[in-house]
Amino acid sequence: MNIFLGLAETVLREGLIYGIMAMGVYITYKILNFPDLSVDGTFPLGACVAAAAITGGINPWIACLLALAAGAAAGCVTGLLHVKAHITDLLSGILVMTAMWSVNLIITGGTAIKQFFNMPTIFNGALLQSLPEGVYKHRQLIVIFLIALAVKLVLDWYLATKSGLLLRAAGNNEQYVTGLGRDPGTMKIIGLAIGNACTALAGCVLAQLNENADINSGKGMVVMALASVIIGIALFKRVPKLKFVTMAVLGSIVYKACLMAALQLGLPNSYLKLLMAVLLTVAIVSERLGGKKGGAHHG
Amino acid sequence: MANTAAPLVELKNIDLTFNPGTVNETCLFRDFNFRVDRGEFVSVVGSNGSGKTSMLNLICGTLNPESGHILLDGKDITKMPEFKRSQRIGRVFQNPAKGTCPDLTILENLSLADNKGKAYGLSRGVNQAKKEEYRTLLSQLHMGLEDKLDVAVGSLSGGQRQALALLIATMTPIDLLILDEHTAALDPKSSETVMDLTLKTIEEKNLTALMVTHNLRFATDYGTRIVMMHEGRAHLDSYGRDKSEFDVDYLLKEFTEISIELGN
Repeated sequence: MNIFLGLAETVLREGLIYGIMAMGVYITYKILNFPDLSVDGTFPLGACVAAAAITGGINPWIACLLALAAGAAAGCVTGLLHVKAHITDLLSGILVMTAMWSVNLIITGGTAIKQFFNMPTIFNGALLQSLPEGVYKHRQLIVIFLIALAVKLVLDWYLATKSGLLLRAAGNNEQYVTGLGRDPGTMKIIGLAIGNACTALAGCVLAQLNENADINSGKGMVVMALASVIIGIALFKRVPKLKFVTMAVLGSIVYKACLMAALQLGLPNSYLKLLMAVLLTVAIVSERLGGKKGGAHHG
Repeated sequence: MANTAAPLVELKNIDLTFNPGTVNETCLFRDFNFRVDRGEFVSVVGSNGSGKTSMLNLICGTLNPESGHILLDGKDITKMPEFKRSQRIGRVFQNPAKGTCPDLTILENLSLADNKGKAYGLSRGVNQAKKEEYRTLLSQLHMGLEDKLDVAVGSLSGGQRQALALLIATMTPIDLLILDEHTAALDPKSSETVMDLTLKTIEEKNLTALMVTHNLRFATDYGTRIVMMHEGRAHLDSYGRDKSEFDVDYLLKEFTEISIELGN
């Protein structure tokens, strides 16, 4: 039983961390209809920024803000490449993803894994040390949960503002935004900035949890985030009042649980990425089949 | 208000070629000139490829001319991007899906449209206090939309969506209303309803309008001026003449002559 609880906590912890990214990818993929591959590069970007900042003596919470800013900047580049240079959505993402490899290495000073053991992180602050033992044990989950909750609340709030509504309109019908006298391209850039800011924050939190930044940690992030978003919406869309952003996080937790279950059942580690790709394929295909059924009802 | 002498839109010496430099090069406009005066309601007819929609696209900024100038209210807007021109121009498209956001509710669509010309910042996107006002507006369409404020626009019929698109395009003050075959995709009854609504809106708001249509009866029945486009120029134009001379029979006869010219 204890083992099971331990596994459950691991699933929640990781599900919530990658859920932060999934919420951002919900904005680019579902709202803007933009399959953003740059997240494979901006996830480790957040990790590297965290490592560089913390080893440089910067407060770990400030490091989170720096990661957000770095991710937003990278997202803007993807957006500018697409909107201003008219490069296709996929290629814009690939360009930024590729460029990020060098940027990340520059930030870490040339090492692929930058460690910062026993340095201050968001998981060992003075406030947390003062918690009673029973709660302290779960401090990682608590901190991650609070960060994910904060991101969710901010995104929910933003999507209900005039700017957020215009962003949704831009993904839905660009001509409509043009008709309102606004540039739909600007809204795309804003959406990509938000998506990659969330992704970099997720990378930053994971790095602080592991106390190291791995520039390889971005591999498969696109697949993981897209699967989380698609699974989350497919499973939870019938729940009344539940926001799409929340569905993305829940999807991420379900997704992590699937991976964990597979590993526990004896799947060798080397098969993990294969399983990730299979899961996303299944998710997309079943989404399409479900969509067709819904369409038939409609007509 | 109707000051007939003041030009609102002017197209001056427009040249436009499609696919320049390729085997498919087609010259549509060569030194094309056109004007719409303030207060006019111009109906434009013409065969496919005659330049009707391209003219609208030039005015709206969807297409840019190789040379020539486009003026709106005396101001040169030739280099102005489409979205900026939209501040003063409302447009309803043939496809009802183009004028609304399908995944957003009627309330959200109206809230966005109501804010046109102002900043889209971080204040609440939907103002609940305006619901009553929107209901009143929608009830004037007589389509029962006033009870569907929270319904996604994508689930409405084509006629309902087009009526909503017309309402959205004219919600905030504009100089010019562009109607781009806006009844062509609707069934006969819906197109009558939308056409009546169009006339009512234009008269109530005192708008200048430019309507492209394939419906010769709409073109003769509605509007203050009629233009027949052919091969990138105004083949017929009732400008400064009595529009009643241009009835459906006359237009059909001209159409046939043009077609024979083309060898059809």
